[in-house]
Amino acid sequence: MSEVATQALKGGEFVIRESEAPSVFIPEDFNEEQRMMAQSTTEFIEKEVAPQRERFEKKDYAWTEELMKKAGELGLLGISVPEAYEGLGMGFNTSMLVCDRISGISGSLSTAYGAHTGIGTLPILLYGTEDQRQKYLPKLATGEWMGAYCLTEPGAGSDANSGKTKAEPIDGGKKYKINGQKIWISNAGFADVFTVFARIEDDQYLTGFIVDKGTEGMSFGDEEHKMGIHASSTRQVFFNDCVVPAENMLGQRNGGFKIAMNALNYGRIKLGVACLDAARRTTSESIRYAKERKQFDTPIASFGAIQQKLAEMSLRTWVAESAIYRAGQDIENNIQHLIDQGMEADKAKLKGAEEYAIECALLKVFGSEVGSYAADQGVQIFGGMGYSADYSMEAGYRDVRIARIYEGTNEINRMHSVGMLLKKALKGEIDLMTPAQKVADELMEIPDFSSGDEAGLLTAEKDLLHRLKKAFLMVAGKAVMKYTQDIEKEQELLMHAADMLMEIYVSESALLRAEKLAQQKGEAAAEFPLLMTRLYLQQAAEKIGREGREAIYSFAEADEQRMMLMGLKRFTKVQEPLNPKETRRRIAAAAIEAGAYPFNPF
Amino acid sequence: MKVLVCISHVPDTTTKIKFTEDNSALDKEGVQFVINPYDEFGLTRAVWLKEKEGAEVTVLTVGGAEVEPTLRKALAIGADNAIRVDQEATDGFQVAKQIAAVAEAEKYDLIITGRESIDYNGGQVGGMVAALLQQPFINACVGMEVEGDKAELIREIDGGKEKLSAQLPFVIGGQKGLVEESDLKIPNMRGIMQARKKPLDVRPPAETAPRTKVGTFEKPAPKGDVKMVDAENIEELVRLLHEEAKAL
Repeated sequence: MSEVATQALKGGEFVIRESEAPSVFIPEDFNEEQRMMAQSTTEFIEKEVAPQRERFEKKDYAWTEELMKKAGELGLLGISVPEAYEGLGMGFNTSMLVCDRISGISGSLSTAYGAHTGIGTLPILLYGTEDQRQKYLPKLATGEWMGAYCLTEPGAGSDANSGKTKAEPIDGGKKYKINGQKIWISNAGFADVFTVFARIEDDQYLTGFIVDKGTEGMSFGDEEHKMGIHASSTRQVFFNDCVVPAENMLGQRNGGFKIAMNALNYGRIKLGVACLDAARRTTSESIRYAKERKQFDTPIASFGAIQQKLAEMSLRTWVAESAIYRAGQDIENNIQHLIDQGMEADKAKLKGAEEYAIECALLKVFGSEVGSYAADQGVQIFGGMGYSADYSMEAGYRDVRIARIYEGTNEINRMHSVGMLLKKALKGEIDLMTPAQKVADELMEIPDFSSGDEAGLLTAEKDLLHRLKKAFLMVAGKAVMKYTQDIEKEQELLMHAADMLMEIYVSESALLRAEKLAQQKGEAAAEFPLLMTRLYLQQAAEKIGREGREAIYSFAEADEQRMMLMGLKRFTKVQEPLNPKETRRRIAAAAIEAGAYPFNPF
Repeated sequence: MKVLVCISHVPDTTTKIKFTEDNSALDKEGVQFVINPYDEFGLTRAVWLKEKEGAEVTVLTVGGAEVEPTLRKALAIGADNAIRVDQEATDGFQVAKQIAAVAEAEKYDLIITGRESIDYNGGQVGGMVAALLQQPFINACVGMEVEGDKAELIREIDGGKEKLSAQLPFVIGGQKGLVEESDLKIPNMRGIMQARKKPLDVRPPAETAPRTKVGTFEKPAPKGDVKMVDAENIEELVRLLHEEAKAL
């Protein structure tokens, strides 16, 4: 371990290697053009959407469609579609930035946008034949056509490959007849193009098909009554002897499940980024409200109990932003790297994201949980007004709840992240065993109590982060040794391990961002990033300690348990604890002074 | 037709204004800058002239390299090319001299400035440019129709409007009315990408010296506390107005 990488790490490798701050992307690195695109997106939201936000709550699906068309006119639907298909051909992290800024105002628009640009467009972009791309992509990129994606069925949710929809070859294989039922289909009410997954005969896996709106045999259920995202059109789609030509098959026969899963890598990190601006907006609105609302003749923003919330909302949002854009750029760079090595662009886009599938899954979980946390605290700060449907907190609270469910539930994503890491280790792509063994050996040795009093920026924090990685390796390593292949059945342990892994990734991202900012602008200018890093790492150590203990109690006994608990204590020990109350007060003071979320990168 | 739109690079309207320690200059740290709103109406009107009459639209700002994002935003909205005169001008006269120097060389048919900029609100530049170029100046311009080398213009005056006609070239000080707020364009993504490829010419400044110098800035005193007086208690209201507010 403790090897420092000067070039980008492979997916999942962060748990055994350290990164150098200059090698990671931070949101402050976005260039002028990207910033202008973000600002235009925000301008669109502020001018065209925010003043009429309540229309979403009145289930005005037509308005969502109208906004999507306007987004198309502005070019917001084709950010990463190649220029050859009338997109802008921008890199992945730019599409993340635009997705971030368009998604915060309402879950309804966020869902429509995500379904269209992500799962509605990407599979055709990544797996389509040239004819399919020519036919569909320009219209999807400009918003002339809307896209939808039909995977989930009443009996096939998280277990997507168990779908019962059938595609029967007819006319000697020139056509396919699709029969089945799809549920929870976003954009179904106004989509023109449906990517549908069905099983051909007794194939092991599903196959994808492109089905145009109006194809005979296709019909729709009524709009679903949902807890939130009220103006996101969500319907069932029925296929009753729905015949499509064989040219509409997307990718290879039997290859649909792979398409579905690979599109999800992008969908997951995009969902993480889609929660960011919602968290910023909720934080900003909470700050404004807390400054105005008086109780006991005092604005509630002056109370410690409220400041604690404002500080945590700001802190977690900033940490999530640090991690999500770091991974986003790693994906973009990896795609470029593969293209430079001679891989075809569409294949590189697939492989580029697949490499970081672990990070994508973790950031889906983290982003959605930060969004949920902010929404929940926002309601709390607004008090009775937060519970009133006349104020924005109520809708935000309901809307964000879906983020922990769709694009793979957070449980599936937690298990998936650790599962993939272990698979990578088994395949020899990452050497987890050597460092895990080292940590196991270290448990038997006399602990090294040298204080490591090297001077330098964030030295103590880097040391702590390094030890947190050891805590994960110890717990996950021992669990795998005990259960071997059966670890898959120990879902509770996988969840603990995933939480440890997630906290390591996000706190490291915060640390690297603060360090890079301090290197670029000086420590004084990076005062808050440094402070937030210290506070967050301290909290991460607590969480990792708690999750680790739960896991150890669950699978280790007697001497082994005692030894691991001692190790865990050592690995998660914060050498010089920061005063969290004072630190949060300082963060809150910055937020209150700014009157809004105070840590925007530009 | 050659149109020049002069763009001021100003703090966003929601900025919390702070000054440097000696109160002699704006503290720009953390401030978001935008196209001066009055100039944006003029820019949009100019882009219409481009779309309808095939005018060539140049945008110009006098300032350091930090104003370039503002110029590029103007290019993204639809201007054809941009000029930055490389000078940290400190008063309206200096700015006007630089604009006039460029205009003398480039011979524009129409020069659009904002009625004023929302940072220092000097409201001087348009008039000075017109004077330096010996051209007519139509300030507070809320309407303009150009036909050949003639134009019908509408000016906002105290309590009403004034219609006038003028022959090109001339200078206007534009504001809302030239186009409406709903006409203002959000730069689209393709426009932003094209802006990168459009020329942004950095020119050395003409020799000028400012005619005025800022001493110090001062913010208005913060609003005092509000005292609530019962609607029935007229005596107390009179007493407060007399003794505390000294308004009576």
